[in-house]
Amino acid sequence: MTTKLFGEPVRRREDARLIIGKGRYLDDIGTTATLAAAFVRSPHAHARIVDIDAEAALDVEGIVAIYTYEDLTGALAEPLPVLIPHPQLTAPRTGYPLANGEVNHVGEPIVMVVATDRYIAEDACDRILVTYEELPVVVGVDAAREAAHAVHEEIPDNVAARHHQETGDVEPALAASKNTLSFTQYIERSACTPMEGKGVHARWDADDSSLRVYTSTQASTSVRAAIAAKLDLSLDKVEVIAPDVGGGFGVKIVHPWPEELLVPMAAIALGTEVKWAEDRREHFISSAHERQQKQEITVGYDDEGRITALDVHIWHDNGAYTPYGIIVPIVTATQLVGPYVIPTYRVIVESVYTNTVIVTPYRGAGRPQGCYAMERTLDRIADVLDLDRAVVRERNLIQPDQFPYDQHLTFQDGRPVIYDSGDYPGLMVKLKDLVGWSEASRLRDDAAARGKLLGIGMALYVEGTGPGPYEGGHVQVLGSGKVLVSTGLTSQGQGHETSFAQIVASELGVPIEDIEVTTGDTRRFPYAVGTFASRAAVMSGNAIALAARGVKEKALRIAADVLEVDPGDLEIDEGLVQVKGTPGASIPLRTVAVLSNPLRYAFDEAAKQATQFATTSSDDKPPVAEGDAPGLEHRDYYSPIRSTFASGAHAAIVEIDQTTWEIDVVKYAVVHDCGNVVNPMIVEGQVHGGVAQGVGGALYERMAYDSDGQLQNASFMDFLMPYASEVPDVVIDHQETPSPLNPLGIKGAGEAGVIPGTAAIASAIEDAVGRRIASMPISPTELYDLVRDDTSEKTATALRRVGTGASK
Amino acid sequence: MSTDTERTVSITVNGVPREATVPVRRLLSDALRHDLGLTGTHVGCEHGVCGACTVLVDGDPVRSCLMLAVQVDGREVTTVEGLARDDDRGGQVLHPVQEAFRECHALQCGFCTPGFLTTIAAGLEKRDNSIELTEEEVDEMVGGNLCRCTGYANIKKAVRHANAAMRDAQ
Amino acid sequence: MKPAPFRYADPGTLDEALEVLSAEGEGAKVLAGGQSLLPLLSMRLAAPATLVDINRVPGLDTVEATGDGVRVGALVRHAHLLHDAAAARIQPLLARATANVAHPAIRNRGTTVGSIAHADPSGEMTSVLALTDGSVSVATPGGVETIAWRDFFVGPLETSIHGPAVVTSAYFPALPARSGTAFSEVARRKGDYAVCGAGVVVTLDEDRRVAAVRAAYISVGLTPEVHDLTDAVAGQPAEKADWAAAGSLARTLVDPDTDIHASADYRRLLVGVLTERTLASAAAEAVGGME
Repeated sequence: MTTKLFGEPVRRREDARLIIGKGRYLDDIGTTATLAAAFVRSPHAHARIVDIDAEAALDVEGIVAIYTYEDLTGALAEPLPVLIPHPQLTAPRTGYPLANGEVNHVGEPIVMVVATDRYIAEDACDRILVTYEELPVVVGVDAAREAAHAVHEEIPDNVAARHHQETGDVEPALAASKNTLSFTQYIERSACTPMEGKGVHARWDADDSSLRVYTSTQASTSVRAAIAAKLDLSLDKVEVIAPDVGGGFGVKIVHPWPEELLVPMAAIALGTEVKWAEDRREHFISSAHERQQKQEITVGYDDEGRITALDVHIWHDNGAYTPYGIIVPIVTATQLVGPYVIPTYRVIVESVYTNTVIVTPYRGAGRPQGCYAMERTLDRIADVLDLDRAVVRERNLIQPDQFPYDQHLTFQDGRPVIYDSGDYPGLMVKLKDLVGWSEASRLRDDAAARGKLLGIGMALYVEGTGPGPYEGGHVQVLGSGKVLVSTGLTSQGQGHETSFAQIVASELGVPIEDIEVTTGDTRRFPYAVGTFASRAAVMSGNAIALAARGVKEKALRIAADVLEVDPGDLEIDEGLVQVKGTPGASIPLRTVAVLSNPLRYAFDEAAKQATQFATTSSDDKPPVAEGDAPGLEHRDYYSPIRSTFASGAHAAIVEIDQTTWEIDVVKYAVVHDCGNVVNPMIVEGQVHGGVAQGVGGALYERMAYDSDGQLQNASFMDFLMPYASEVPDVVIDHQETPSPLNPLGIKGAGEAGVIPGTAAIASAIEDAVGRRIASMPISPTELYDLVRDDTSEKTATALRRVGTGASK
Repeated sequence: MSTDTERTVSITVNGVPREATVPVRRLLSDALRHDLGLTGTHVGCEHGVCGACTVLVDGDPVRSCLMLAVQVDGREVTTVEGLARDDDRGGQVLHPVQEAFRECHALQCGFCTPGFLTTIAAGLEKRDNSIELTEEEVDEMVGGNLCRCTGYANIKKAVRHANAAMRDAQ
Repeated sequence: MKPAPFRYADPGTLDEALEVLSAEGEGAKVLAGGQSLLPLLSMRLAAPATLVDINRVPGLDTVEATGDGVRVGALVRHAHLLHDAAAARIQPLLARATANVAHPAIRNRGTTVGSIAHADPSGEMTSVLALTDGSVSVATPGGVETIAWRDFFVGPLETSIHGPAVVTSAYFPALPARSGTAFSEVARRKGDYAVCGAGVVVTLDEDRRVAAVRAAYISVGLTPEVHDLTDAVAGQPAEKADWAAAGSLARTLVDPDTDIHASADYRRLLVGVLTERTLASAAAEAVGGME
């Protein structure tokens, strides 16, 4: 087994337990004695709570406790935190852990019931009578913008934030442009829908007044801080652990969810274990969604298709509350520009309230919308100018010699959007080759002969990944030779135990089998930010590499003393510290670990070597030198100056049945650049998963709210998450442009796959049917409506095809 | 004939006779997970669509969230914990499908994995693996389970990999 | 999402089942495969006081195929029927339609008769019962009666059965001579309830001209609908009949609804398309059978 594992497709270490059913997910924790929580949630999208009558529930055998807002005290009775305040978020609103007199979306929690099991808790919920006075409901960005009704009475225009950035004076730039075009388009709501919902398990130890909370989260350290603050506990009395987490995709970065406070509250009050495992319906109506925007775009361009100015005005549906601030609007605003030179750019995103589930980041986090805006703009320019869509893109790309490239925008981390490295023309060359871009017209004819309409589309993106402020890593070598690695951020299936072990194996020169990685456990590493924005490999990967380097330096120093050589002459390989080029002159790293901790007591054979009469340390130096510390361990942090920018290009070929208007993605090509790759197998897996979500978002998934704010498809039966039968085969090519910003040269990879799906598929469908696609996702029934409507806009390309008789 | 609200059921789970007293409304998924402590079976939707809870009842894949625990009284249930077999040295030999999932990176978060593993294992065991799988067979074996992480490509790859391994073992 | 409390009985005979259904009254519900009922229970959209599980009742798990037709017992799982070669010979629509029912794990447990008794107009087997002019046998304390499909389906999820009763079998008459069948559906995801589906039977005369055309549709009405499309193609040679005309006729006969997955117009479009497609295929089969 080699220790040089960075870049290798190492098989995942976490799989060993997961394939035999020994994973430990949230609902696997606890015993039959653990109490279960269930919630009465609002059936109305907007209502005043007139009365809560829990009398009948008290008769249910097995009921333990019932909580309403009236039972909340101190900070818990205050609104939930606005996690990411921003000066442009002028009217933030958050809910209460349990509704305080008013509900603003279907699913908002009103009463928590604790019982001996979940069945009984639900029985009790059924018997609690809540009387409501219904209020007018606001659904959708258009209704929010019209503001005939207000979601929050004191915010009559429904506007939470007006996010505004500009790189120059856009109006004169547009006026001076050779050509301009304007259009409006929509993108709808989808959601993360991880296979495991959220969940919280809390255990209160009354004897030492300490609380242990397991939660299916992407941010255990911050949940811990929130619980301590809200429940008025000392931080050192609260431990929060993210166990195996069954997928996150963003929804579990939001915190504290009401349940993350209420379940611990009940555990403390009742002095016993309490658990809440979210069910699927709860996940649909009381977690988070994303993506709905209305985009109004005006672009100026020259006759060659080069953009001269871009003016974008977006209405972004943030749902009922803004606990996650305006991160999604900022990401849309700043990532919209993609890999292109935009001389003058202005973007305004109005984030508006609606009586629907909150909107917070879902994989991509505003980027799919931004990509959709930019890429569809380029498609329209190509259409008007009768240019190849690839050519228009190529003419606008930032060139490799322009890096670092400053887009003069401020990113979601408050830092400048300066692209660190990339090769966008390189992506384009690979993509055209991979998808067979030049073959499109032949393919179109072949398909036509089979009675199918074929279309091709492409979309490029740049993704800011690995935002700060920091992550940390701890690496410790034990006397047994085992290497313990920990980092505070959490894992939801990304294979961190493997990737981080690869990094340590490579940095430290130890076999990967000796390495154990722990993530998301505040007992092991209390300082962390969380897993979001494709940041784990960049942030914790580099922090862990730095920690491993610290351990190596110390190991070499100690070994150099023992071997009486210069540390610079030493190397570590296969867990053995040895003199370079001198076989035999070596000491096992585990022995170095023993020696690093001067001992009085020998608790095992290895420890004997470090006891006071066994060593030959100098009498004129203290056993632990000044400034040194016992143990072969090091803790380090990585805090980037700014985000690193990954990039990629996708293309889709669709075939459409002209009789049923069913849409089949027959080819999907991905070129992906995330800098240096730690584990290509894992990165490809991330791409595959992202593409499936991209296809789902483009063709299948939509949160279907009716005008009363009822979610009509709150089940997997009607929310059409793709099965294998709906996901196309994906071909992938790689490009590696290392990041100059971090020691490992890596960029994030987690979200990339999902970003361009909607844009590329919209373009392909438009190419196939010759009608403007301005609302996504699109289903066969909607496509049928579009093509049979004589008033729906035909593309110039389609009209030209008719003119030449080249195609129908 | 009388009706009951609670029953004691005897089930052979993964070859081991087990007994539990459960309310008659207890779903099989909950009985396996909470009454019998076999938490490898996961619950993803509780309306039969996602397939994460799929177990084998008398060898056939079924959704354990769509059966009551009382309905498997006297029957054999195989969960993901029962796919591997004990070797003669006190260890375990993984089922070829389990090996294939690891080899092909067919899982990420692992939550849906048990349902895929049980379904595919049953599918492969019912056929002559000296014959290579058709695309339709692969699609049928993976087509009824939802996965949000992998995009399914590697799951399909794993099915073929397991098929090949089982052929070689024949 | 956990079922509300109920009482449970799993009688060992049909008589016992009827006895307990009688004793429990209105709130009692029969449980067979449970693949439609259990989700309703877990979502608490249904909360019967008593579940009468008929899975232990002997004699209900057989498929009897005779020259006249196929009788499917109440405990026959979809997977069983799908692979029953004798049944497929007598009435090919059974396997053709069953292959479209959900996914294999659901078919392993769900029963054909149960899905008919569930009376979901988006269910495949309700339409096949109608298309084949089938019937169900219903056991009540008063005896067994046969109810024709037309009298059985009353509304969405509603049948004419009231009071203590067990649907013990469904009977699908054999295909008429010189006939062919086809079944096709369009679903958003493979295995989902169809946005629209069509099953057809084409019967030819001895000169291979179209003698009769019957079609049934899924997810287009409140109850299963069978339409006679013979007029559009009567007497035309099977190889070149104007199936599009039959499709057009079908479109005028249906009155589908709009839901979140499809508009009424789109469903009507699919009725035409699927009719045309399936008729061509069924006619070819009928011709093939005569060679």
